[in-house]
Amino acid sequence: MSSAGTVSPQTHLFSEPLPLQSGASIAGYTLMYETYGQLNAEKSNAVLVCHALNASHHVAGVAADDDTNIGWWDNMIGPGKPLDTNHFFVIGVNNLGSCFGSTGPMHTDPATGKPYGADFPVVTVEDWVNAQARLADLLGIHQFAAVMGGSLGGMQALSWSMLYPNRLRHCVVIASTAKLSAQNIAFNDVARQAIVSDPDFHGGDFYAHHVVPKSGLRVARMVGHITYLSNDDMAEKFGRDLKSDDYQFGFGVDFEIESYLRYQGDKFSSYFDANTYLLITKALDYFDPARKHGGDLKEALAMTTARFLVISFTTDWRFSPERSREIVRALLSNQRKVTYAEIDAPHGHDAFLLDDARYMNLVRSYFDRIQGEHV
Amino acid sequence: MNFTELNQLRPDLAFIAHWIAPNSAVLDVGCGDGVMLDYLQTDKACQGYGIEISDDLVLACAKRGVQVIQQDMELGLGLFDDQAFETVLCLSSLQMMKNVEGLLTDIARVGHEAIVSFPNFAYWPHRVALLRGHMPVSKSLPYEWYDTPNLRCATIGDFAELANSVGLEVLECVALHEGKPVTWLPNLRGSLAVFRLRCKA
Repeated sequence: MSSAGTVSPQTHLFSEPLPLQSGASIAGYTLMYETYGQLNAEKSNAVLVCHALNASHHVAGVAADDDTNIGWWDNMIGPGKPLDTNHFFVIGVNNLGSCFGSTGPMHTDPATGKPYGADFPVVTVEDWVNAQARLADLLGIHQFAAVMGGSLGGMQALSWSMLYPNRLRHCVVIASTAKLSAQNIAFNDVARQAIVSDPDFHGGDFYAHHVVPKSGLRVARMVGHITYLSNDDMAEKFGRDLKSDDYQFGFGVDFEIESYLRYQGDKFSSYFDANTYLLITKALDYFDPARKHGGDLKEALAMTTARFLVISFTTDWRFSPERSREIVRALLSNQRKVTYAEIDAPHGHDAFLLDDARYMNLVRSYFDRIQGEHV
Repeated sequence: MNFTELNQLRPDLAFIAHWIAPNSAVLDVGCGDGVMLDYLQTDKACQGYGIEISDDLVLACAKRGVQVIQQDMELGLGLFDDQAFETVLCLSSLQMMKNVEGLLTDIARVGHEAIVSFPNFAYWPHRVALLRGHMPVSKSLPYEWYDTPNLRCATIGDFAELANSVGLEVLECVALHEGKPVTWLPNLRGSLAVFRLRCKA
């Protein structure tokens, strides 16, 4: 299958301060983004793709500076792919506080001349959406054909439909939720505690000490990774397989699953920023648009005008189908147009990033319909 | 999709479509490939949703631009508010349900009116098959007994009783054969039973 080809990110410095949900604001900030396909003359074919915890603006294609760096949703987005860049102008944007190019805690705080570190303001899903809206303004896009995302990205898409109802025609929410469960928050806090209790964290100012809280990040990633896979998938991939012929009767690596998780943790800790991990998991925890409506999601979604495609995966226990059905129930109660699919895939939460013909064909068909719409 | 196309594809649905008011809100429980909602949306400006469990049929609905909710109908209609629809359709699906009574009760809850169709087990070729000592296999019941999705076998007479007991009043009952109403000996000559029901206040 063809790809979006070689892509280079762009940046824009926004000089007007961005007021944040916390009451703080962020002075000047840079957003890094990539685009694929061509914006049409009416500027009506733009699709914003929102990223999840550890992803970035690099959604599709191959990074110009590293030909091993393939976009995180390259199977979904590109010429001839379900979200077809021959017809749509697709934008991927790195969120504020992340560690892939947009302003984040590792960058210099103009107020102090030192890295933000722990002082980087806590940002929310809504703050990200407001920042993304400014990027849309910059690109001259008044209304997206669709805003789309999986997991935390799905929260951003959902948030768009509430904050800027007239600026998107379709909202595609995949493997997501309108609020995390207590269990989800608990997992996130274990991850955060692993990071902040690492002696190399230095209260978030580890940059000054030229160290990285690697062991904390490693454990955080290991915990997270467990929750992205289904029990069956893990049993199938690893079972109780041993690394060597027999038990080692020690505390090293005996089982394949241990080896796999440690490898994933090591890899992650070599590129991900610890402060970013804290910030993004907090954004996940805080997202709850129904909260200011007395917990009534129907009321929160009452002002939406977009059409919705909601997709969940049966073995996803981190963002389970029941969470998606809550969104669907609230949308139906508001008589919104909504299509909901529950894909019976074995791969847990990770399924939203993987190839599954039913999933891919559904997204393809949905975008084919969008393409045929008269705007 | 216009009426002629629907009538060619599914004459039974074309007959039923006459009962559905333009601009009304419709829920199609077991909507299959979405052909009925496609017609109702484009020709009658209805708004609606389908419920379907099969991946292939959900995809077919999406291709038609029909709003479809993928779920097992056995789980009921808990996603939908009370009295949310002018008409709830349950066409040639009810006989596949384990919990017929539960689903029918839920249909009465979410709709003002309901239209329910199912293969009429009392259709004469079925009676003949039984007299010969075999379970019927026909155009309307095309499966062998050991390989059928149809868990429930009912006749026109049977269904009215159940409908009444869950709070649905029978407004009309028509037996169709090949999409055309059968007026003479309907319970004998009609292969498809169609009930138009109203929720008792």
